[in-house]
Amino acid sequence: MSIRERLSGNEAVAYAMKQINPDVMGAFPITPSTEIPQYFAQYVADGLVDTEYVTVESEHSSMSTCIGAQAAGGRAVTATSSCGLALMFELLYVASSSRLPVTLACVNRALTGPININNDHSDSMGARDAGWIQIYAETNQEAYDNFLQAMPIGEHPDVRLPVMICQDGFITSHGVENIELLEDEIVKDFVGEYQPENYLLKHENPLAVGPYDVTNYYMEHKIQQAEAMKAAKPVILKIAEAFEKVSGRKYGFFESYRMEDAETALVLIGSSAGTARAAVDKLRAQGKKVGMVKLRVFRPFPMEELAAALAGCKAIAVMDKAESFSAAGGPLFAETRSALYDLDTRPKAINYVYGLGGRDFTVDTAETVFAALDEIVATGKTGEVYRHIGQRSE
Amino acid sequence: MKKANKPVEIRWHGRGGQGAKTACLLLADAAFSSGKYVQGFPEYGPERMGAPITAYNRISDERCPVHSNIYEPDYVVVVDETLLDAVDVTRGLSEEGAIIVNTPKRPEEIRPMLGDYAGKVCTIDARAISEQTLGKNFPNTPMLAAAVKISGVVEADKFVSDMEASFKHKFAHKPQVITGNMAALTQSMKEVQVG
Repeated sequence: MSIRERLSGNEAVAYAMKQINPDVMGAFPITPSTEIPQYFAQYVADGLVDTEYVTVESEHSSMSTCIGAQAAGGRAVTATSSCGLALMFELLYVASSSRLPVTLACVNRALTGPININNDHSDSMGARDAGWIQIYAETNQEAYDNFLQAMPIGEHPDVRLPVMICQDGFITSHGVENIELLEDEIVKDFVGEYQPENYLLKHENPLAVGPYDVTNYYMEHKIQQAEAMKAAKPVILKIAEAFEKVSGRKYGFFESYRMEDAETALVLIGSSAGTARAAVDKLRAQGKKVGMVKLRVFRPFPMEELAAALAGCKAIAVMDKAESFSAAGGPLFAETRSALYDLDTRPKAINYVYGLGGRDFTVDTAETVFAALDEIVATGKTGEVYRHIGQRSE
Repeated sequence: MKKANKPVEIRWHGRGGQGAKTACLLLADAAFSSGKYVQGFPEYGPERMGAPITAYNRISDERCPVHSNIYEPDYVVVVDETLLDAVDVTRGLSEEGAIIVNTPKRPEEIRPMLGDYAGKVCTIDARAISEQTLGKNFPNTPMLAAAVKISGVVEADKFVSDMEASFKHKFAHKPQVITGNMAALTQSMKEVQVG
């Protein structure tokens, strides 16, 4: 029996952490993820978990704490946002290259500057090459469900990679909505115990973690990491299938919404997907063949699967909530358009960078994007590929 | 009346520190308890005491997928009367809906301050009620009650009993606060004026 509740996204993730009862939490506050260690501190104080709650002086140290704990053979979690994730940057690479399946709750917030506390994806997108699995949520429910799936994915022997569970700052993290929680026992069974093969505290097999790698070996280790990321794909699907059995909720690399006969589609990540879905329903009611693909898993990138989902479209718009200053479009666009290259016939593709620093994404905005796609289909001309939407000058 | 599946949308205007966000989340709680799908979310910025803040509710029979702010609310709740000069509080407000203002004035005295808004104007002296029942100016509880009464998003008796249970849980160690808050709720539902 699931438990019906109403929680914010931050409460939902803190609750998932409570149910998992990890060995260590590296705790350092930053808006809008602060509530996660805050709620968790209450669970620690109330004796509801026996987690070692390590308060540190920076995110560099909170990630270091997690790395140390995980290397010792424990299960470690942390939460951060924006500049906090940026300050962890060096350690993100240490965790992934040391093959330590740390779990990080990333509450997406714009990176400075100008200083801004609101949502966009510039923080986690900036860390996209750090070797972490990245899974994004549309709702508080998905943030909770994804967090429960993180450890079974990251700790899987074929994978052994850290996992970043992302949700949209404030929009999801501070918005209270209905949620269905799983019972503690079901979560415990599903997540299971962490059983690392090798770890620092295993006295019969002493090892070093994170030593220098000479040129003769460095590349081999990087290729192993790359292989692990590829191996994560089937594991993510397998864990999603197991999760569906206990929760009734279905997950994959992405969600295709009304894509069967769609001629135009939006591709996007996170809470905007719900808003886009409302726009799709509205336009479908007018007889327009529109659809939406919401990407859940950005790392590993589901290249072939996404290309297949979009193959039938005439034109697509990829929506990036991060500006990567490539002068050629955002990160999701670069990956998505690259994925389409292998198709024999492919849709025309444009990119919109939107929603930076909390700029609102509305049903109207989504409709404007679909109208731009209609024009591309009608004229056969793509026009400007790299665009922005929602700015004041419009 | 709203069309089926379309959420009732409510926008709250307050000043930092008055509890508009709390009232918004309490309304989400109350609607959740009555079996609805809810959204309660504040618009965050560099918050400071006294600065205008906005918070939102969507309440519906099915999960509402939209995660944008609310631009065409059915109801607007103004927790601080001085905002009427500072913020365009009726912007986008449905004429079939209502605006509820915390003020000692009557609706006909407030209407001229709301431009050409032709919908219902409701007033409630939340400050006076709060000072009588709680001994301090905490306008959010009476404003919440007035919002429930006017919008009808939650059935009134169910709302009162749910709130009592919630206060009992929250203020188990401060029973005097429970009585005060319950008095604030019921008095506000009785005294809110519709014009």
